[in-house]
Amino acid sequence: MGRIAAFTTNPVMIALVAMLAITGCASKKTPNSAADLGLNGAGAATPGSAQDFTVNIGDRIFFDTDSSSIRADAQTTLSRQAQWLNQYKQYAIVIEGHADERGTREYNLALGARRAAATRDFLAARGVSASRLKTISYGKERPVAVCDDISCWSQNRRAVTTLGGAGS
Amino acid sequence: MKSILKPLLTIAAMALGMTAAATLPAYALVELNVNKGNVEPLPIAITDFQSGDALGPEISGIVSADLKRSGLFAPIDKSAFIEKISSPDATPRFDDWKVINAQALVTGSVTKEADGRIRAQYRLWDTFAGQQMSGEQFFANDANQRRVAHIIADAIYERLTGEKGYFDTRVVFIDESGAKNARKKRLAIMDQDGANVRYLSNGKSIVLTPRFSPNRQEITYMSYESGQPRVYLLQIETGQRELVGNFPGMTFAPRFSPDGQKVIMSLLRDDGNSNIFAMDLRSRSTTRLTNSTAIDTSPSYSPDGSKVVFTSDRGGRAQIYSMGADGSGQTRISFGDGVYSTPVWSPRGDLIAFTKQTGGEFQIGVMKTDGSGERILSSGFQQEGPTWAPNGRVLMFFRDSAGGPKLISVDLTGRNEQSIPTANFASDPAWSPLLE
Repeated sequence: MGRIAAFTTNPVMIALVAMLAITGCASKKTPNSAADLGLNGAGAATPGSAQDFTVNIGDRIFFDTDSSSIRADAQTTLSRQAQWLNQYKQYAIVIEGHADERGTREYNLALGARRAAATRDFLAARGVSASRLKTISYGKERPVAVCDDISCWSQNRRAVTTLGGAGS
Repeated sequence: MKSILKPLLTIAAMALGMTAAATLPAYALVELNVNKGNVEPLPIAITDFQSGDALGPEISGIVSADLKRSGLFAPIDKSAFIEKISSPDATPRFDDWKVINAQALVTGSVTKEADGRIRAQYRLWDTFAGQQMSGEQFFANDANQRRVAHIIADAIYERLTGEKGYFDTRVVFIDESGAKNARKKRLAIMDQDGANVRYLSNGKSIVLTPRFSPNRQEITYMSYESGQPRVYLLQIETGQRELVGNFPGMTFAPRFSPDGQKVIMSLLRDDGNSNIFAMDLRSRSTTRLTNSTAIDTSPSYSPDGSKVVFTSDRGGRAQIYSMGADGSGQTRISFGDGVYSTPVWSPRGDLIAFTKQTGGEFQIGVMKTDGSGERILSSGFQQEGPTWAPNGRVLMFFRDSAGGPKLISVDLTGRNEQSIPTANFASDPAWSPLLE
């Protein structure tokens, strides 16, 4: 969980991983088995794989405090997500809505749900079939960043698009 | 567990006859006026209950700890005692207790009965009036030793304050363990002083926000066990669980109605907002109480069942609203500088406790039921979720610090804050009602 968070919240890391992925594939003439295309190595982000989605597309967007508005940077990410999801239609999608800890538990369950719904609606408006899109709120119960200041809170105010219903 | 939660048939109370001369009516008996703004804790001497083993002092120690934690009593250090009580039934030398400023004195004993039960008795003395104020004895099996101590503490509290005690009560809460980004959350129940913890869920699914039914036999709470977070009912004794309602989306923030017939909760709408519904547990019929394109959550009934307070962000940010139990007359009542949530109506009906976020802090406070007279009782970096002791004088909530949440209690003066000891991190406390 922490590894993925680091990849996707640091643009430099994302670029680096993408480069590694390309060189990795280029140097490996033929994959030996499906395991080589699995989710364990940074070099295995096969187009259309879950890892391709997480690493090359970006599986999560972030929100302002106590807000469920899709920010401009998030719109870019979600547009990329929609394009990818429309290309690889085999995946069912669960959008997780999360909140930072600076709210009370029940309110944050509602806020996470609203963020997941806003994300779902954006993807649906970009052509992703509504029948593929489910949402779930985790409120503030599943933080990815665990410090007690703004740098962590901003990473925890997120909606994560997960494929095949796998958790983040 | 069963004997703990059932009405305790094995505890039989009997009044003990007055031993002090009943011919000293000249003094008004010692009395603690808890309705004054600033209550000075009453100095009280609680002697070791006599038993010939460790049990007697253990029982009197629990009585002493209960009374001290209430903030209304100041148990006197035993090393200051002059008279050594040789018989708990004999009239004490009142002068020896007056000189160390003990306004009240408690003596007692614990003995084993032939049938294996224990017999615990106490006498409460007014040292300045020189007479016994009350005396009772209780019979209990081994499993209820601590409970007997709490019942004695309740009797002393009630005799001296004129208010119901709250020590023979339990708290359901969420036991939290493990790293912050992978917390294991378990439903748990314990005595109000943190003893006798029992787990009611296995920790495989996230569980949140447990609340007692008025008869203390059931808990309503939220669980992720079906994948989608939903509200459940749990029979504490049998462990039987059932889903509350068959709603398409997330249900959360449940609470019982005061008559125990309904559960009120939030239901997620398809547009991402949340509204408040009440479900009748017998007929299974549901009633929509709010219909706003906003977050409406954390509903709490007034003790007479006629009104509901709740959190809504319909005006922009979260504030507290009040409405009739049928959804009529929805009115904002919080107007202070900050964000308000988790309103909980006092069991006495006079106040609403809440969590307020302002200036980077989380505060626990109370306001009158029309929103006026706001008072902040506790401030901290991260704390929330007040629950009322059944006598409406003490609140418990959870505070996140040093890596995780812990339970804290505070009285209505805000001056007496106490930690509730728990083995792991703990959150979402809900105090049981009194068993009538």
